[in-house]
Amino acid sequence: MTTTTATRWIEACAADAIDEEDVVRFDHDGHTYAIYRSPDDEYFATDGLCTHEQIHLADGLVMDHIIECPKHNGRFDYRTGQAKGAPVCVNLKTYPVKLDGGKVLLGLA
Amino acid sequence: MVVIGAGEAGARAAMALREQGFAGKITLVGDEPHGPYERPPLSKSALTDAPEPRATIILTPERQAEHGITHRSHTRVLAIDRAAHQIELADNEPLAYDRLLLATGASARRLSVEGADNALTLRTFDDARALRARLRPGQHVAIIGGGFIGLELAAAARARGAEVTLIELAPRLLARAVPADIAAILAARHATEGVRILTGTGIVHIETDANGHAIRLSTGERIACDAIVAGIGAVPETGLAARAGLAIDNGVAVDARLATEDPDIFAAGDCCSFPHALYGGRRLRLEAWRNAQDQGNAAAAGMLGSEEPYAAVPWFWSDQYDLTLQIAGLPDEGRETITRDLGDGARLDFHLAGDGRLVAASAVGPNGRIARDVRLAEMLIAKRATPDKAALADATVKLKGLLAG
Repeated sequence: MTTTTATRWIEACAADAIDEEDVVRFDHDGHTYAIYRSPDDEYFATDGLCTHEQIHLADGLVMDHIIECPKHNGRFDYRTGQAKGAPVCVNLKTYPVKLDGGKVLLGLA
Repeated sequence: MVVIGAGEAGARAAMALREQGFAGKITLVGDEPHGPYERPPLSKSALTDAPEPRATIILTPERQAEHGITHRSHTRVLAIDRAAHQIELADNEPLAYDRLLLATGASARRLSVEGADNALTLRTFDDARALRARLRPGQHVAIIGGGFIGLELAAAARARGAEVTLIELAPRLLARAVPADIAAILAARHATEGVRILTGTGIVHIETDANGHAIRLSTGERIACDAIVAGIGAVPETGLAARAGLAIDNGVAVDARLATEDPDIFAAGDCCSFPHALYGGRRLRLEAWRNAQDQGNAAAAGMLGSEEPYAAVPWFWSDQYDLTLQIAGLPDEGRETITRDLGDGARLDFHLAGDGRLVAASAVGPNGRIARDVRLAEMLIAKRATPDKAALADATVKLKGLLAG
């Protein structure tokens, strides 16, 4: 698990812009992220692209705490970024997230 | 544990044996000079990525060391001695096994007409490298076969600026695995991109001289071209198994645990045929990347004593231009098709059996539009669900909701 230490908080989206157990894309400063809302209503963030073939994970399926890449169904635990089996073997980078007045804030170094 | 065949299924099985707790020796034997690599890019990005074709290595030297796997590349297996529990290698001492996995894959089917020796095929990384050199502006490439390999090649050839004529014997493209409506969308796209498609057309013979090739068609037309590629299917590599006396039935015949009739020999991937519980025990042989992966994992479990049957829903995909096709299940098991319009030119067809059970889903469109729904359809198929037809057709009804029901 690699989590950056947040030194600044960037507004990513409105909290209700993500359905429960879903994922959205957020682009900022030349980088792309995936923001998740878990079944237990917590928010998480990872790098946006699958570490296998760089496909955007925001088109993937969220089930429990797993994001599945839409292209080849590689899986990650989006809470930790851990790769959960073939074809992916490189973990995803994760980022801290916090809620502030109905907005999802992404913590960047 | 010995695995013969260092492709997707073999490499995944070798890793899975270790990940599933096996502590003994694991040897992976393959006849290619390269480390185990992914095959899907060979007809896609390996042909088009600049500046050089790239092999995506599944089992890097680092990962071999981490998993304690010995990879013997460039090594041909001559025979399996079942009584002695060892395999004979072309240039080494015999190699003993307790359990053996055959992951020998398939080889490209060859054209049988006169002059066919001059047609290229695409199965290995070296094949892709040789072919790539022919794909450039000013070159005319004739592709024989309108299946996945042929169509992906056509898209790659156009991306690199070559002229393409595609010749298919059947009355339509992708006749084996893809419903006609979906195949027609792909055919139209290829036509728009400038690929000349000739269906219902056979090859009489191929002439080759210093200036290039000419293909004589069943219609009488003569097509002059700079390169010919045959993408007419694959033949399972069953020679070793057959010589060892194992049953062959469109591939090495295995049971639902992927075991052959010899309890110490298993088979996985393109080389084997297996009974599938979702389709009434119908014996399938799947030439598909996901199947090779999943069966690699499942065979490893079987080799370690698991009794779990292999029952993953068949799934495959193809990329052509910016379109992705994904199919879950077996469309030919369907009796009725319900179409869901996903927008942006994306379309998802659900195939229902006579009793209303969802048996397959096929979709084409931009990847981001279709993938999630095909994945959910796959789960519905695995559940043997009989979803409401109106709900399937209505794009505002979330498939995830049907899954819960």
